[in-house]
Amino acid sequence: MPFDILVLACLGYVAFLFGVAFWVERRADLGRVGWLQSPLVYTLSLSIYCTAWTFYGAVGNAARSGLEFLTIYLGPTLVFVGWWWLLRKLVRIGRQQRVTSIADLIANRYGKSNLLGVIVTVISVVAATPYIALQLQSVTLSFGVFASATPEGWGLEDRGVTAMWVAGGLALFTILFGTRNLDANEQHTGIVTAIAVEAVVKLVALVSVGVFVVWGLVDGPADMMARINASDLAAWDLQPSRWIGITLLSAAAVICLPRMFQVLVVENADERHLATASWAFPLYLFLMSLFVVPIAVVGLERMPAGSNPDLFVLSLPLAEGRGGLAMLAFLGGFSSATSMVIVAAIALATMVSNHIVMPLWLAVLPKRAVAGDLRGIVLLARRLSIGGVVTLGYIYFAMSGGSAALASIGLISFAGAAQILPAMLGGIFWRGATKRGAVLGLTVGAALWAYTLFLPSFGPGAVFSSGLMADGPFGLGWLRPQALFGVTGMDPLIHACFWSLSLNTGAFLMGSLFSFPGPLERAQGAAFVNVFDAEAGPRAWLRGTADPEALLIMAQRILGEEEALAYFEAAARAQGKAGYLPDPTPAFVGALERRLSGSVGSATAHAMLSQLAGRAAVSVEDLMAVADEAAQIMEYSARLESQQHELTRTARALREANEKLTQLSVQKDAFLSQISHELRTPMTSIRAFSEILREGAPPAAAARHAGIIHDEAVRLTRLLDDLLDLSVLENGSVQLDLELANLQQIIDRALLAAAQTRPERVFTIDRDLPREAIFLRTDPGRLTQVFINLISNARKYCAADRPELRIIVRQKGGRVSIDIIDNGAGIPKAQQALVFEKFARLPDAARAGGAGLGLAICREVMANLGGTVTYLPGQRGAAFRVTVPLRLEKAA
Amino acid sequence: MSRRGPLFVARQSYRRRRLRDGARLLPLCGAFLFLLPMLWSPGTGTDRGTAPDGIYLFAVWAGLIVVAAILSPKLAGADDGATSDGGDEA
Repeated sequence: MPFDILVLACLGYVAFLFGVAFWVERRADLGRVGWLQSPLVYTLSLSIYCTAWTFYGAVGNAARSGLEFLTIYLGPTLVFVGWWWLLRKLVRIGRQQRVTSIADLIANRYGKSNLLGVIVTVISVVAATPYIALQLQSVTLSFGVFASATPEGWGLEDRGVTAMWVAGGLALFTILFGTRNLDANEQHTGIVTAIAVEAVVKLVALVSVGVFVVWGLVDGPADMMARINASDLAAWDLQPSRWIGITLLSAAAVICLPRMFQVLVVENADERHLATASWAFPLYLFLMSLFVVPIAVVGLERMPAGSNPDLFVLSLPLAEGRGGLAMLAFLGGFSSATSMVIVAAIALATMVSNHIVMPLWLAVLPKRAVAGDLRGIVLLARRLSIGGVVTLGYIYFAMSGGSAALASIGLISFAGAAQILPAMLGGIFWRGATKRGAVLGLTVGAALWAYTLFLPSFGPGAVFSSGLMADGPFGLGWLRPQALFGVTGMDPLIHACFWSLSLNTGAFLMGSLFSFPGPLERAQGAAFVNVFDAEAGPRAWLRGTADPEALLIMAQRILGEEEALAYFEAAARAQGKAGYLPDPTPAFVGALERRLSGSVGSATAHAMLSQLAGRAAVSVEDLMAVADEAAQIMEYSARLESQQHELTRTARALREANEKLTQLSVQKDAFLSQISHELRTPMTSIRAFSEILREGAPPAAAARHAGIIHDEAVRLTRLLDDLLDLSVLENGSVQLDLELANLQQIIDRALLAAAQTRPERVFTIDRDLPREAIFLRTDPGRLTQVFINLISNARKYCAADRPELRIIVRQKGGRVSIDIIDNGAGIPKAQQALVFEKFARLPDAARAGGAGLGLAICREVMANLGGTVTYLPGQRGAAFRVTVPLRLEKAA
Repeated sequence: MSRRGPLFVARQSYRRRRLRDGARLLPLCGAFLFLLPMLWSPGTGTDRGTAPDGIYLFAVWAGLIVVAAILSPKLAGADDGATSDGGDEA
């Protein structure tokens, strides 16, 4: 296959990935994330665990040591299947504390110590460098496989150039998408999706080659089994120490590798995705491993002796003349390598910029740190770090010459990353873990790893002379790098892991036991270990002297102006304040710190806030006092709450009672003044006329005067009768004469009686007699009284020229409603609510003859009859509806 | 923490807790089964074939995946309220 086409395919593929990332970022900017943050994409992004080391190296590994290659995937499988133990907690902590990297996690847990951040960063960078070199090497080798098949051949010096081009291209791609913005959560949707696409490509490629081998080159699975048992590969020995050791190592690596932590914790958009990944990611690993042994066996059979088993995936299809399949395999390997380098570079660059560059910047130029936009600096630091990390990988590749077998390089890297494990596990499960212990453990572990594994890996004579390897430094035999403390006969890898991890753990435990944690450490320890218990851990800030405006200025420099303003405004609103400046409460400062650590890491964020918040560090006593207070408050609050509820209830009841009393008092006053007025008017005329009579009036006039006095006395009596009636009705002590009565007769009687009111007016009565033929069991006298009242009112007040009166009877269920409607002006809306009150009279009281008790009595009568009388609005006239039950029981 | 839940819980909560126990047990089971081949082939591997060992490992692997796939949706759904790590007794 022409080499140019290969390069062209590579460029096309990268352009395609570029397009995917770009399109996704555009969608994310528009807020249409949707399936882009699905469990599937999350799971696929986790597959950066399978780098070129898996894609090419697993086959090589299987060819050399049989089924042992499986351990590298069994460890992660156990970790993911057991997500309830560890991963769930890790992801929760990562989200709650807005962790930006594994270095940030460790630094944050141990009192936001930047020292620890630096240590973890250095370990990670050193451990990742060979791994990145490994990816460059595999891409270069795969290019070489194609190139050597071409007539013009391919010189060794070209490999360096190829690796440089690949490294440069990857760095550019990573910078373009990895540092586009300083996101609060350090999430890179575009990159993650591109990685998910690459995950599919590499799975499809490897499975395709596997299917081709099993069904194309061999006669199906059964034949395959026979060949496996017959091949050289079957001669492998299961070494228990390596079997256990590598399983543990890969289990540790899957959580400690910076790139895995990045996709697993930092890029996690939803905790529930983890549940899916718990089985889907092992499934991915399963499928990736399924065809490894067949490819290795067939490769060993068919390829010429001495060919590199690491490249069987590529060389086998090529040797069989399957150019297309080889192309697919090449792209799969290319995907594996590029995705690993991109994510590793982002993760490491975040760590380097947050834990090394930014603190240095703040220390060297504290003035500049107080003014100016920090975001540019952070982004620049990150871009430079990406370039630096990839360059380091390239330098390692160029120096090592790319000769070592892929698998051994990968395991060295794993062992380095695994040094972080004790500090991490201790940090999230043991509150007693301290910063001193973590520093001790990490330093001891890293040093031993470097001494026993990393430095010897450069080969004898490169860093350690062969004399030192054989006899130990200064002839001290017990310090031989690969036989420490006289332990010989152990596999070098297992030897290194055994000593580094056990002494690491020991130093960590001892250091923790014999040191006393600072207050911030204790606060963070509680927040991490009890992440599922408390909503938020104890606060590390006291009500300080921070000036909100200074906080805002600082936040603007990290988050950007608009976002910081929006954040502060939201916080101020949550505190019930208007404007942009919330009170610097401990809660707010704590939340702001977490927000800022999402951008620059917890240690830097804490250090920057400390400059402004005055007393940055709380003392142990403060912490205990706060916790104590919190406990007491918790205890009291429940009691207080119930008491408060009770008080609120009582207060409400009292208020209601008070309102009622006030109303009653007002009513009573109004009633008394009304009644006095009503009694006084007739009294005045009676007195006046009786005085005239006493002074001797002519008989004719005397008779007239006596008549007036009589009339007024009658009016008085009627008023008093009404009042008495009303009071009897209101007390409910009225005697009802229940009997069966015909409604029609009742209305007849009422019309007749009411006709005496303003007899000069002639009303057109509109009735529907058949419908009135209803027998009611009620007090007919009282009911008639109500009707008389309503009809009289109509006669009195209806101002129409041709007055009409409609009486409509309806029966519905056990109730009968009688509407009495005239065609007058009706009652104004404002008065409708009042007409049934005592002494309520319409404004044109001139024509009113009564005291305004009529409707009040009606209402009481109806209440006693178990019915109602209401004003019926919207009838183009005054309208009242009387409802009565068909059968009134005695008890009512 | 003195905030302990009730000593005995209703049937549904009981099932949920046993589900979590199962989820915790699963990796231990897996580890046991994955380490078992160490006991089969002491020293020389002459009487055993690589293929059956491979099939065994892949079968265990597939079994773990299936069980995890059955458990995980229920666990994720049950992830409400008290998910405290310590207080999961009975």
